[in-house]
Amino acid sequence: MTVQEESAAAPGGTGQPLVRLTGVQKHYGNLHVLKDIELDVARGEVVVVIGPSGAGKSTLCRAINRLETIDEGDIFLDGQPLPQEGKALARLRADVGMVFQSFNLFAHKTVLENVTLGPIKVRKKSKAEADKRGKELLDRVGVGHQAGKYPAQLSGGQQQRVAIARALAMDPKVMLFDEPTSALDPEMIKEVLDVMVDLAERGMTMIVVTHEMGFARTAANRVVFMADGAIVETADPETFFTNPESDRAKDFLGKILKH
Amino acid sequence: MDVVWEHREAIALAFAYTVLLFLIAGVGSTILGTLLAGMRVGPIPVLRWAGAGYVTLVRNTPLVIVIIFFRYAAPKIDLKFNFIDVVIPTGAGDIRLNNIFAACTVGLTMYTAAFVCEALRSGINAVPLGQAEAARAVGMPFGGVMRHVVLPQAFRASIPPLANVQIALIKNTTVAGALGVAEAFVRMRGLINIDATARIPIFIAFAAIFVVLVEIISFAAHRLERRVRVA
Repeated sequence: MTVQEESAAAPGGTGQPLVRLTGVQKHYGNLHVLKDIELDVARGEVVVVIGPSGAGKSTLCRAINRLETIDEGDIFLDGQPLPQEGKALARLRADVGMVFQSFNLFAHKTVLENVTLGPIKVRKKSKAEADKRGKELLDRVGVGHQAGKYPAQLSGGQQQRVAIARALAMDPKVMLFDEPTSALDPEMIKEVLDVMVDLAERGMTMIVVTHEMGFARTAANRVVFMADGAIVETADPETFFTNPESDRAKDFLGKILKH
Repeated sequence: MDVVWEHREAIALAFAYTVLLFLIAGVGSTILGTLLAGMRVGPIPVLRWAGAGYVTLVRNTPLVIVIIFFRYAAPKIDLKFNFIDVVIPTGAGDIRLNNIFAACTVGLTMYTAAFVCEALRSGINAVPLGQAEAARAVGMPFGGVMRHVVLPQAFRASIPPLANVQIALIKNTTVAGALGVAEAFVRMRGLINIDATARIPIFIAFAAIFVVLVEIISFAAHRLERRVRVA
C-alpha cells in the first residue's frame, strides 16, 4: 500500500518518468528483436504501441515486467532499475498489472478467486477485504454476476475483463496490455475496449500493444510505431494517423486503413 | 483352499505389513517426489541439477539394490534406523515396525519418489505456460506460483500416472519380504512350505487379494480425478 501513498503524495509525478527504457537490446539467436529502445512513459500517460507482427511489440511489453529478459540496456520503474530475480522482482511485478492476449485466467480458480489470489497471497490482505474489493472490481468491469463461475464457463470478452480486474486488484502503478483483444470475436472487442477506455480516463498509466486503431485514436496520449525491433516513430495519435513521418508507418497505415 | 482359510489371520497380518509399507512409502514418496519436481522445474540451477541427478541415479537402479543399501550398507555409514520400534498389538499378533521395516520403507520411499517426480513433471508440462506467467505477473514468487497455480493444475493431469506409480509401489512392497519384513509375499512362501499341494490355490488367493488392493487404489484415483475436474 505504500505504493499508492507515494503516488498520492506526488500527483502527476516529479517530472521523472514512471517507466523508462534506455538502450534496450534483445536478440533471439541471430534475430535482433529489440533494437536501441528508448522510451519514457509519464505517470498517467496512455501509450499505444502499434506495428506489423514480428516488430517486437509484445517482447517490449513483456520486458517491462521481466517476463522477457533483455541483453543490454536498462529498464526503470518509478526510478528503480528492474531487479534480476527473486523477491525484489516479484515485488516489482506486483506493481505492474499485465493483461495477456490469451487471458491466462487461473483455470482451477473461480472468477472471484482469480481476482483475490494476488491481493491475499502477495499483498497479504484479509480474505474479506480482498473479496469486497474483488467484487467491486468485477462489478466495475461488468462481470460481477459471474463471480462464482470458472473461467472456462465465460466468453472470451468476459474472461479478458476478469483478467483486467485481476490486474487492477493489485493497485498497480502501470498496466501493460499485450494485444488484449486479438483473441476475441469482433463483438467482444468493444466490451473490453470500453473497460480500457474507462481505465485511461481514470488516469491509469497504460502501455497498450494493440491493432485497434480506434482505441489508439480515442484513448492514447501517444502512439509508438515499431517495425523490425526498433521504434520508428513516436507521435500524438492525430499526427500519427493523419500525417505519419516515416515511409514504414505510411506503408503500414496504408495497408490497415484501406479495408 | 483350506490352508488359506486356516491361516486367514496370519495372512491378514501379513497384508497389514504390506499395506503399512505402502501407506507410509506412498505418502513419503508423494511429498519427496513433489519437492524433487519443484527442484527440477525451479529457477535455481544447482537444485535443478540435484533433482535431475537424483532421478537419474535412483530411477535407473533396481529397487532391490536401493533397499539393500538402506538395509545393509547404510548402517555401515551410521545411517541406522534402530531408534524406530513401534509395536501395534492386534488380535492375530503384534505388528512390529522395527529398523528393518524402516529401512525397507525408506528404500521404497526414495525409489518411488523418483517416479512420482517424473509423473508430476509430466503434469507440470501440461499446464500452459501462460498460467505461470500470469501468476508471476501478479507478483508471486516461484514458491507461490507453484503452490497456488501450477501444482494444483499439474496434479489433476498427473493423477493417472501417479496412480500407476502407487500401484507399482504396492506390488514393490513384496521386495521388503526378501529382506526380512513379514509381509504378504513371505507369508505366501510360508503357506506353500506348510502345504505344497495347495500351491495353486495359495497363489490364486494372494493374487486375488493384491488385485483387490490395486483396484482400491484405481478406484480412489478415479474418484479423485472426477473430484478435481474443473468445469
